[in-house]
Parts: sequence; C-alpha cells; structure tokens
Amino acid sequence: MSAVHDQVSATRQSGAVAGAPAVEGGVLDVRTLPSFGFGPRSLMWWGTAGLMTIEGTVFALAVVVYFYLRSHAQLWPMRSPPPELLWGTLNTAVLIASAWPNQLAKRAATRLDRRGVQLWLTVCTVLGFLILLLRGLELTALNVRWDADAYGSIVWMIMLLHTTHLVTDTWDTSVLDILFFTGPLEGKRYVDVSENAVYWDFVVLSWLPLYAVIYFGARG
Amino acid sequence: MRSDVVVGRVVAACAGAASCAASFAQGRTPVEPGVHDALATAGPQAAHIGSLWNLTVFICTAVFCAVLLGLAFALWRSGRARTDEPADLSSIDRHERGPYRTVLWSVSVAIMLLLVLVVASVATDRALARMSLADAVNIEVTGHQWWWEVRYRGEQAADTFTTANELHVPVGRPIVVKLVADDVIHSLWVPSLAGKKDLIPGRTALIHFRADQPGRYRGQCAEFCGYQHAFMAFEVIADPPDAFAAWQAAQRQPASEPADARTRRGRDVFLGSACVMCHAIEGTSAGARKAPDLTHVGSRTTIAAGTLPNRPAELARWIANPHDFKPGVNMPATTLSSSDMDALVAYLGSLK
Amino acid sequence: MTTARAALPAPRLNAVPPSADDVAALERTWRDPPGIVGWFAAINHKAIGKRFIVTAFCFFVAGGLLAAAMRMQLARPDNHLIGPDLYNQIFTMHGSTMMFLFAVPVMQAMSIYLVPLMLGSRSVAFPRMNAYAYWVYLFGGLMLFVAFALNSGPDVGWFAYPPLSGPDYGTGKRADFWAQMITFTEFSGLLEAVILISGVFKLRAPGMTLNRMPLFVWGMLVTAFMVMIAMPAVMLASTSLITDRLVGTHFFNPGEGGDVILYQHMFWFFGHPEVYLIFIPALGFMSSIIPTFARRPIFGYSAMVLSLIATAFLAFGLWVHHMFATNLPELGKSFFTAVSMMIAIPSAVQIFCWLATLATGKLVFKTPLLFTLAFFFVLVLGGLTGIMLASVPLDLQVHDTYFVVAHLHYVLIGGAVFPLFGAFYYWFPKMTGRMMSERLGKWNFWLFLIGFNVAFFPMHLLGLAGMPRRVYTYGAEMGWGNLNLLATVGAVTIAVSVLLFIVNVWRSLRVGEVAGADPWHAGTLEWSVASPPPACNFEAIPVVGGRDPLWEPEGIRGHVAGLAVDSREVLMTTVLDAEPETRESFPEPTIWPFVGAVATTVFFVGTIFTPWAVAWGSVPVAIALTAWFWPKRHENRAHLALERAP
Repeated sequence: MSAVHDQVSATRQSGAVAGAPAVEGGVLDVRTLPSFGFGPRSLMWWGTAGLMTIEGTVFALAVVVYFYLRSHAQLWPMRSPPPELLWGTLNTAVLIASAWPNQLAKRAATRLDRRGVQLWLTVCTVLGFLILLLRGLELTALNVRWDADAYGSIVWMIMLLHTTHLVTDTWDTSVLDILFFTGPLEGKRYVDVSENAVYWDFVVLSWLPLYAVIYFGARG
Repeated sequence: MRSDVVVGRVVAACAGAASCAASFAQGRTPVEPGVHDALATAGPQAAHIGSLWNLTVFICTAVFCAVLLGLAFALWRSGRARTDEPADLSSIDRHERGPYRTVLWSVSVAIMLLLVLVVASVATDRALARMSLADAVNIEVTGHQWWWEVRYRGEQAADTFTTANELHVPVGRPIVVKLVADDVIHSLWVPSLAGKKDLIPGRTALIHFRADQPGRYRGQCAEFCGYQHAFMAFEVIADPPDAFAAWQAAQRQPASEPADARTRRGRDVFLGSACVMCHAIEGTSAGARKAPDLTHVGSRTTIAAGTLPNRPAELARWIANPHDFKPGVNMPATTLSSSDMDALVAYLGSLK
Repeated sequence: MTTARAALPAPRLNAVPPSADDVAALERTWRDPPGIVGWFAAINHKAIGKRFIVTAFCFFVAGGLLAAAMRMQLARPDNHLIGPDLYNQIFTMHGSTMMFLFAVPVMQAMSIYLVPLMLGSRSVAFPRMNAYAYWVYLFGGLMLFVAFALNSGPDVGWFAYPPLSGPDYGTGKRADFWAQMITFTEFSGLLEAVILISGVFKLRAPGMTLNRMPLFVWGMLVTAFMVMIAMPAVMLASTSLITDRLVGTHFFNPGEGGDVILYQHMFWFFGHPEVYLIFIPALGFMSSIIPTFARRPIFGYSAMVLSLIATAFLAFGLWVHHMFATNLPELGKSFFTAVSMMIAIPSAVQIFCWLATLATGKLVFKTPLLFTLAFFFVLVLGGLTGIMLASVPLDLQVHDTYFVVAHLHYVLIGGAVFPLFGAFYYWFPKMTGRMMSERLGKWNFWLFLIGFNVAFFPMHLLGLAGMPRRVYTYGAEMGWGNLNLLATVGAVTIAVSVLLFIVNVWRSLRVGEVAGADPWHAGTLEWSVASPPPACNFEAIPVVGGRDPLWEPEGIRGHVAGLAVDSREVLMTTVLDAEPETRESFPEPTIWPFVGAVATTVFFVGTIFTPWAVAWGSVPVAIALTAWFWPKRHENRAHLALERAP
C-alpha cells in the first residue's frame, strides 16, 4: 500500500501523469494507466463541482432575494423578533467541527485505507444526524412562520434549501459508510468517499454566509 | 365550457383550413375606434419615439441590406464544388489578410452604428423625461380585470369624480396619470400619444404625455391580465380647453334626475337589481366601486371597455348577458322583462 | 484488493488495429440489452440521444399544432372558434412547450448524441444520469400535456407573472402544473449541463487540445455553463410561485412585504440567458455545417470561440430589457439598453466570419447549407428588431405587441430552428445510415422559408398598428384582419413544410440512399466511424493532431490500444492538452435511472397537491437512487480485474 501511496503523491507533485504514454508506430498503448484517480482526475469530482456550482448559485440567488425584500421593507423583520441565536449558533459550531472528521475520512480514502474510511465515515454519519436534529430545533426557533409575511417566507426558503442539502448529504454519507462495511469495494469507491467529503465541505461552507444572513440580517 | 373545450380540441387536432371561413361575427357591433397607431402620433412623447423609430429603421435597414449584399457577394465569389472534392487546407498556416481586414472593418462599422443607436436612444429618453409638467392635469387610473377606473381629483373633495374607460384631456396641456392596479398587472398604452407603462399591484407608477391635436385616441391594455385582456380598451379624448372644462364641470355634477316616467322606472329597476352591488351612481344610494362608475355613463362613446358602442340596443344586450361579448367577465347576466330593460337602458342613456 | 485480483480472469485489451474478435466483443459490451426491459434500462448515449431528439421533435409538432389553432382563431376578427379560456391555455402551452420542452432540450439532445462522437469518446460522462435526465424531461412534458387534456393546462402565459398566476387569481392547479413542469425540465437540463461539462473536459480523445475541439462542442460547453447559472433562477422563481400558491408564502404578495416585480427579476435573470441556451448551440450547428459545405476550415476559429464566450457573459446582463414598461429607475434601464445592443457585437463577429468562410470556400449546395444560409436573412432581421427593442423608448411602444412576437420568432426560428433543420439533414445519415432526399429537402426548405416570412413579417406591422399580444380575438374595426389572415396563410405553409420534413424522414428511413461513414466528406471525428456508429463509437480511439482530423494530413496520428473489450472502459485525458490520464470503468445498463425518474415524477407531481409529498415522496426517490448507486458484484469483479491504483 505504501508503494501505491508514494506513487500517488509523486504523481500529484509532478502535476502531470508520470510517464504518459506516447504514440509509437501509430499506437498509443494505455494499459499501464491507472484505472481511477482522485480530485480533478475523477469524473466524480467534476460532477460534484457542477452540483456545487448549481447549488451555490441557488443559495446566492436566495440571499439576493433576502436583501431585495429587505430593501423594500419599512421594518425588517416585518413584525417578528429575529431568530433565536442558540440553536443556530450551536449547529454552526457542530457543522464547523464536523469538517475535521470529514477531512480525516478524505485522507483515509486517498490512502485507500478501508478501516480509516469506515471509522471516520461513521463519525461523520453520526454527526450528520446530530446536525439534522439541531437543524430541526433551529427551525422551531426562527420566531416566524413562512406564511406570516415575505420576511418569514424567505427565511424559511433559505433554511429549507440548506436543510435539503443536509438531508441528502447525511444520507449519501451513511450509504457510503454502510457500503464500506459490506462491500463490494473498488478504487472508485474511495474516490466517492473523497468527493463526498468535498461536498460535505461545501455544505458547511455554504452555510456560513447563510447563517450570517439569517441570524444577523435580521439584527442589522 | 366543456363543449367549447371539445370543439377547440378537434379543431386544434385537425388544423382545419376550412374553419377559417367560420368567422361569424356573432352580433358584436363594431365600435368606431379612435386613432390607434404608434406611427400616427398626436403628441410629443409618441413623436419623439417616432423620430427614433425612423432613425433606427433607416440604420437597421441599411445594415440588413449590407449583410444581404455580403451574403450575395459571398455566394458570388465562392467557387462551387462537389461533396467529395478535397477540402482546401491552405488557411491553416496562412494568415488570411483580406478576410481578416474585412471582418475587422465590418465589426468596427457595426460597433459605431450601435453607438449611434445607443446615443439616440438615451437622447430620446431624456427628451421624453424633459416634457414640461407645468399646469398638468392629474388623473388616477386603476386597472381592474377588465376595465379602467379613472379618477380626477379636484382641489376640493366635491370636485373629485370617477369615470371609467375614458380619459378626457385638454389639448396642449401635460397630463400626469398615476397608475395603480387593483388585482393583476395591466399596462396602459395609447400608441398615438405615448409608450406604455405597467400598472403593478403594490406599486404606483406615473406616465405623462400631452395631446397636441384634438381627437379620439384609442388605448388598450398591453399586459396579459386574464380572460378578457383582449377586450380591455379605453379612449383618450383630447378636447380644446373650453370643451374640456365643460366636460369636467358636467362630470362633477351628480347624476341627472330622471325627466320622465320611463327613466324614473329605469332608475327604480337599477336600484332594485343586483346592479347596485357593484356600480355607483352619484346622487343615488348606489355607491359600490367594484365596477365602472355609471354617474355619466350616457356621455361615454363605448361600453364594456371599448367593446361595444354605447347605444341602447347594445347596452341592453350587454346587460342581459355580458358573457355573450366578454366571456369570463365579472359582471353576471341580468334577466329583466323587456319593458324593465327598456326603462333601465333609457335611464342609463339619460345619465349624460 | 491485490489478492482478489489474482483470482480474476485476465482482461482482454484491444489491439491496434482492432481484431475482429475485439470488434465483436466491443459491440457486445457497449450495446444496450435487448427486449422491453432492455429498452427501459438503456444508457447508451446514442440510444438516449435519439429518443431525446424524437421526443423533443414531437413536442415541437405539438407546439406547432397549438400555434396552428391560434392562427385559425386569429385569422378573422371577432372569431368564435376558440373561446378565451381555451385560447389562454393554448398560447401558454404553445410558448411553454416550445421554450421548455423543445428548444432547449433538442439542443441538449443533439449534443448528447454528437459530442462523444466529436470528441473521440465512447460515452458521455455520466451515462445513467443522462438516461435519468431524459426520463425526467419526458415525464415532465407528459404531465403538462395530461394537465392540458384535462382542462387544467396553464393559462397565464409562458412566463406566468403573478399575481395573475398567484394564489388569488390563478385558479385551480393550472399554474402549479406549469411551475412543476419547470422543475422537471430545469432539473433535467441542469443534470445534462453537468454531464456535458464533465465530458468535454475529461473525455476527449488524446491530442484533442481545447483549441482543437469542434466549435459545436465549444458552443455546448459555453451553453452548459450558462445553464448552471441561469436555470437555478427559474427554479427558485417557480418554486416560490408554488409555495405562494400552496403553502401561503408571500414572495410576490405586496400586501405582506412581497414584490410582484421580484418574480420578473428572478424569471428574466433566467429568461434572457435562456434564449441564448437555444441560440448558442445553433451557432455551433452553423459552424459545423458551413465548413463542410464550403470545403474549408472555418475562418477565425479563435474569434468564434471568444465570441461564444462573450455572448454568454453578456447574456446575463440584459434581463431588465424585458421589464422596461415597469416603474424601475430609468437610469438603470439605460444600462440594459447599452448591454442589449452590445451583445450584437460578438454575434456580428460570428456572422462576418461565416460570410468570410463562404466567400473564400467552394460551395456545395445541399440542403444543410440552404438552412444555414437562411440564417443570414431571418436571424439578422430578427437581431435588428432586437436592437430596436433594446431601446427603452422604442420598446415602450412595441413591448407586449405582435412586434415582439415577430421579433422572437425571427430570432428563435431563424437563429435556432433553421440551423437545427440543417443539422437534422446533416447528421441524419450519421444517425441512421441513410441519406435524406435532397428533393424533398429543398421543398421543405423553401416552403419553410417563404411560409415563415409570410407568417411573421406582417406581425411587425400589426404591432406598430397597435395589436397587443395574447389576445384571443380582436375587433373588425381595428383593421388588423387582413394581416392576420396573411399570417395564418404563412402558418399553414410552415405546417406543410414540417409535414414534408416528417415524410422525408419516414421515407428516408425506409428507402433512403445508404450513407457511408462520411457522405459529406467532412472533417470532424464523428465522420470517421460507421453510419450508424457501432455501440462503442470507436473501435480504437483516435489520437488527434488537428482541428479537422479527417481533413488534415496529420489529423489522426494513431490509435489507442490497451482498453478492455469485455468491459466498459473509457479513456480519460487531461483538461487542457488531452494527455491520457486514467482508464475509467463505466457502468452497465440498468433499470434504476428509469425507476428513479418515476419516483421523482411522483415526488414532483405530489408536491403540486400537498406539501407533505416532500416527505413521503422522497422515500421512493431515496430508495431508487441508492439502488442505482449500489455497486453490483459482477461489475465490481470486472472492474477489479482491470484495476490499477494511481
């Protein structure tokens, strides 16, 4: 395994595929190429990047809508107190903390370390469910209903958009986690874990501006 | 409605050309329309736009002809070949100076012409904004599905009056119209006088124009607003100043008293029917504002937002069943005996 | 894994040139399974691509029939053929079908079929997701038409402005079906964009650097990026509309702090780029057809690429020109006038480069070329009326009139549909192995061109004469009758020409002249394989050395050996220079994309009726997607046999 590890890191440092085959006598023989790669070397990375672009755009647009409605309002929030800080802040802290086991899962995957992946994906899954629980509590503490006024509507829209990502990412993580216990496994599954970690980072990072908007947009 | 749906589906499926001939104008007497043409301008707003239009059409036609000439030239200059003739690869390593310069030159001309058009557009915008509003007549228009509520506010509350589907304006004075929507988005458009402006629920917009020639100018709602968007027209009638003042004075009066038994009976029919649920007549107990104000309905040229001429026979058919002319409209059918209807129509016709 | 690999059978890899056994094995490996279940489990991009094209074309015909119905009603004043309620549904269905179910999807469909072949790849990047996206699109379109058949078709215009489409005035479920159709089609479109970008960046044949890619691929790449930024806006708009209608949110309710104009901003931020999602792929068709029929490579390749990119950027800065009649600040509107005019510049560059290509080439006057030549007349005229509409004062006269109807049809039909028909004639031989009839093609072309102009040119005059859009009839006294009748005659002519096209297709499939691999003697890679292509596309992946590999002497420098023939192996290359990087194993056909699409449909349709569908509807979706992902043991074994760690 360590030989593979060395080869992987050497490959990454050189920035190019070491010993890329050349055309000889009209033939380019690729049988010695690897059958999977991490990061931008995998299609899964590109797919994930695409999804992050799309969903990032959705979040950005929702934030623009928030400020648009705010700019048209005499009072903001319109007639409710701002969202309670407790659960939101606590959840944000847990989300940020979850980035660490997530990172460890990613490293384990890059090392092709099955047991490492099993451990850290399990931790991530448990954290994911905890975060969902806290998100549920957050939703009860927003101090406004979605049908109260436009302020309530956009706050709930943003919260539910992000919550959808939490749900799907927790599900994805738990499915991968189970797979790493049951098999069947191959190199590509380690890439899936690595990309799942990237996506989890996105879900955490995209939350930070949303947290600022929801909790402090109503207090500014 | 279901049979309508079925017939419509069969037609849509066959695209029957024969159905073209089936245009039986089922008794909708045509109205005498006012001027309704963006290129027949009667005021400075429309005229400025008309000038810009002329410049733009000129430039765009010239560009279009140039492109077509370019295409003709390309078709003329090019060789002819069969599909299997080998491709000419000489351009791969050679800089094609002639085509490069032609493209560069053409793009430069295009950019310059576009700049001219941008400048002309902005200049027109400024000209439109600079129309003097001194001594303006202020009117408020509220858009409803599918009619126009028109209110003139006076200095005293007693001088405020409401009419519908018709704006009278004095020739030569600026008109400022405040635009409000009651239900959905509408758009006020009198092509011969000005560009359009949307009436948007929750927002107040302003449009200003001036009529420099007396006449009748037709307008029509220009934002899809539901079933009868097609029949939501109105008129701007530009009068010489004294005629306008006379009209305004008459409109400020309450409804004229019925002069004979027939019209008195007509008023009783009105006040005793569902009409009063929606229509107001100043000077009577009818004060609802859900439908056009009828205080001076007899003085208007059309009814049903420009759909029918304001004549007794048409008025009677409209009242009996508005859905014959504007299916889906909010006004219900009213069944009256022919003598009641006759009296009602006479009364309404007397409200000048 | 190393111990497991020792127990697996040694894989067979292809040789160069591929042996007969290789060819047979590749065909077995890459084709879709036979039978009914196989049809639903198909994931080969060519099968999905053809289905997608046919489905989009069916929606085109449906949209055209709806237009024919409108033209029958409008042919004479005070007509009573179709009442306002049905008419409002028909024009909404026409616009929605053409824009959401035909124009954008057909471009994506063509790219699904063509791009892997143009790039020298065996597959699109995510073949199962590609199949799923097709099914989702199909079900969304069917849902809309089922609603229409049940007298619940949307009747609020194809952009569905609130409050007319909102809870107070949008009666029944009509607007909800519209909004949810948006969800289906935009979700599908977004997935296709991700698939395309991933494929264009990673699955190109070795040696196909970015600046050797066909311009059609560049066009689709630019379009896909636009899709990712634009479609989220309409998803958000339609979702906000549904929640306003279904659960009482107030996004567009001014009474509770919402704003009616917010919807317009959200919609048109998508809506303007949307027309470029339709236009830019068609520009790619132009750049594919013109070089072949002018017998020379395109003039100004780099300028063409930069123009596509510039057009895409500028397209996001125009949207307020759809809102000039609202009470937005005037100074802001002038900015949008300037950008709306500026976007003509990159298009002008493209037009001049094509004219230069034609002028310095040797022309072959076949049907595909005729359709591209029509572009110079029709699209340019439409573009010029677009310049007129870009000016705020002019727009305030002709906005929401038949002038705009004329403009949009000139640019969409001239700019997209004519090139699309050219593309059909051009690539039909590749897809089916048969040539289309030139004679019928020319009749198709001339009838379409003449019919189109007879139908739509008078509408400019009608708009100036005051005829608004979306009116189910008009009074005889307005004097609009004769021009409308003329327009209807033109519409019938278009219908006849489309019928001729359908006859041409049907006949050619049966008795058309057999096309070889390269009937047009064109230069790009898709013409190097048989017509129709084998299931694996390329029995040996080419190594590319130029922009027109089949024309240039060093265009194909060699072929790739060493990919598995009994397993679906795809060669991945680097982003910029397409150097070989990885051999990735691709999934086999599976029913789960179809099942997942059914579950997704239940989810989306359920949410039209109750918000709880979000909860119970997501369960079958989760199950289907998990089963889709879950690795199959036999595939896993095959992949392990080929595995080599980085």
